[in-house]
Amino acid sequence: MKYIDEFRDGELARGLAQAIHREADPARSYHFMEFCGGHTHAISRYGVSDLLPVNVRMVHGPGCPVCVLPIGRIDQAIGLVLEQGVTLCTYGDCLRVPASDGLSLLRAKARGGDVRMVYSSADAVTLAQKNPDKQVVFFAIGFETTTPPTAVAIRQAAALGLKNFSVLCCHVLTPPAITSILESPEVRQWGTVQIDGFIGPAHVSTIIGSRPYEFFAEKYRKPVVIAGFEPLDVMQAIRMLVRQVNENRGEVENEFSRAVSRDGNKKAQQLVADVFAMRESFEWRGLGELPDSALRIKSQFTEFDAETRYSLDYRSVPDHPACECGAVLRGVKRPQECKIFGTVCTPENPVGSCMVSSEGACAAHYTYGRYKDV
Amino acid sequence: MSDIRKAYVRPLDIKHGRVDMAHGAGGRAMAQLIEELFAKYLGNEYLAQGDDGALLPPPGEGRLVMATDAHVVSPLFFPGGDIGSLSVHGTINDVAVMGAKPLYLSAAFIVEEGFKLADLARIVQSMAAASLAAGVPVVTGDTKVVERGKGDGVFITTTGIGLVAPGRELSGRCARPGDAILVSGTLGDHGMAIMAERESLGFESPIVSDTAALHGLIEAMQDSGAEIHVLRDPTRGGLATTLNEIARQSGVGMMLEEKCLPVNRAVSAACEFLGLDPLYVANEGKLVAICAERDAGKLLAAMCAHPLGEAAAIIGRVHQDEHHFVQMSTIFGGKRIVDWLSGEQLPRIC
Repeated sequence: MKYIDEFRDGELARGLAQAIHREADPARSYHFMEFCGGHTHAISRYGVSDLLPVNVRMVHGPGCPVCVLPIGRIDQAIGLVLEQGVTLCTYGDCLRVPASDGLSLLRAKARGGDVRMVYSSADAVTLAQKNPDKQVVFFAIGFETTTPPTAVAIRQAAALGLKNFSVLCCHVLTPPAITSILESPEVRQWGTVQIDGFIGPAHVSTIIGSRPYEFFAEKYRKPVVIAGFEPLDVMQAIRMLVRQVNENRGEVENEFSRAVSRDGNKKAQQLVADVFAMRESFEWRGLGELPDSALRIKSQFTEFDAETRYSLDYRSVPDHPACECGAVLRGVKRPQECKIFGTVCTPENPVGSCMVSSEGACAAHYTYGRYKDV
Repeated sequence: MSDIRKAYVRPLDIKHGRVDMAHGAGGRAMAQLIEELFAKYLGNEYLAQGDDGALLPPPGEGRLVMATDAHVVSPLFFPGGDIGSLSVHGTINDVAVMGAKPLYLSAAFIVEEGFKLADLARIVQSMAAASLAAGVPVVTGDTKVVERGKGDGVFITTTGIGLVAPGRELSGRCARPGDAILVSGTLGDHGMAIMAERESLGFESPIVSDTAALHGLIEAMQDSGAEIHVLRDPTRGGLATTLNEIARQSGVGMMLEEKCLPVNRAVSAACEFLGLDPLYVANEGKLVAICAERDAGKLLAAMCAHPLGEAAAIIGRVHQDEHHFVQMSTIFGGKRIVDWLSGEQLPRIC
């Protein structure tokens, strides 16, 4: 199929694989973190790691919106549904994330809560318009890619004068997460996690551009190659990273030039700036409290802020003690190194968030790669 | 001459009328609904017996197969079919993949109060057409009406009975290492047709459900003389789930070739768009066949010669694997697991 098959061509993949084998120095080892769950998924689904030399290892990063959402935020959403009786709209992946008291949004739905799966924030606005007697809350999650649509929804609700629509805003930012990983003791002090470069986000970068990553390249001397989510994009990016490491460079390169520019989408950035402001701090699963790492709704749109409307307090809830999602999200552990991976924790009964979304490292390994563990 | 006047019975207002509670109450209204709607379209000698059950002749030598299927699809009408034809095809296929000749169907309707008689008539007519085309009559049925809000339009449960000829043995337990795996055509058409209709996605080239009765194709396959070990229709959960079921039942592993999987272009594009995998999307007119390797070519030729198997393909092989993994060699040349569907990809698909 046009515009798809070209990016999944097996011949080209083998050619790229040969080039990587040729260029990777056998005396070195290369550890690259793919930040995004989209890349994790592509790598697992197409068996990309099978094509790489043994000394080129991919480390899964935290760029899966559902995975980094802490239990406390899901609890807030469930509270809105079961205690306040709101109609909660969210993206499908959120429904199965385990929360406190053995609940998830899916289970809250089974208990009579009104939880709807939507494909876009606009669907939530339409639902509010059509049901003036219901309080509709959009559970907004995701990185910079999903933030502009939420901004549009809020502006649209304001223009329509909707009194029954609000947003539980859990939008997070990519650069602080990368900083957190590079500043983690495993990488900086103890050196237990080796990261020689990053495959930079695809869709996020279409919005924010490639400029924000220049800081990482400069300050930490780590190469960043922004890549699309197609498997050939990933292969090409790995080759570019190998080259940078070989040449001792630490630069931002853009493999995804068909969609990403240096400055990104300025209109989308402006929309976001109009509606959202920086939160002082936000809890991430796995990465903990990170300053300036997430967005809140600006005071001029406060009537659409579910946290204000329902006076929600945030309560941090620790992960299941055996769950290693935190370490997996930081690249410290691989999914199969978690004791409960594939036994207690499976896609049917996820204990941690990384087993929920298809972009989660544990779900990707369980679904596509666990034959390698036997 | 009797003084008792014959009451004038006003015919059902199929055009504007709606189902009410009386239609399921067992009285005259129900009798009228049965007569003017169900019997009118589905009528046959067994239904005409009018008793609580249908008296059927002994079917002949062999073993009986019985299968039942509840249909709750939403929307009720979709490109390529509706709940009526679907409920006939679904059950016929469940009987036929057991290697049986489907003989009779039963149909139970749960209708919601307020449902348009016009829609019910359209559904019953579609069932009748499907049943006639398949040569499998609906010989007994039941209708219940539930209060408004307690159902969703109409739910239909059909049960089918079929006869397996002596000596014929098809089961999910019969796949053997070395066997070839075939599918009868493109994957995911039904699920994506429902999805596109439900979400009003309005794709430029409409995706049409593949709902069809497969017993004719199966007969042609059996007539080919190929040694078939397993037949199954990959409905909910799609091909991936069906193959995992068979792998577990037979205690084997499987290796698929991604490049051999037939997928309609529009379905592939729609799946891409929605982030779905055609391997997990439901089919209603496709089957998986597992046969002895030496007969794979013969079986494929027989399938391709039938209108419902034109796009049939050999997609993989069965092998020994104590973990019962279904794996796939990707177009990239890498390997991956094709796992059970986890959770629900698409609710109320059939």
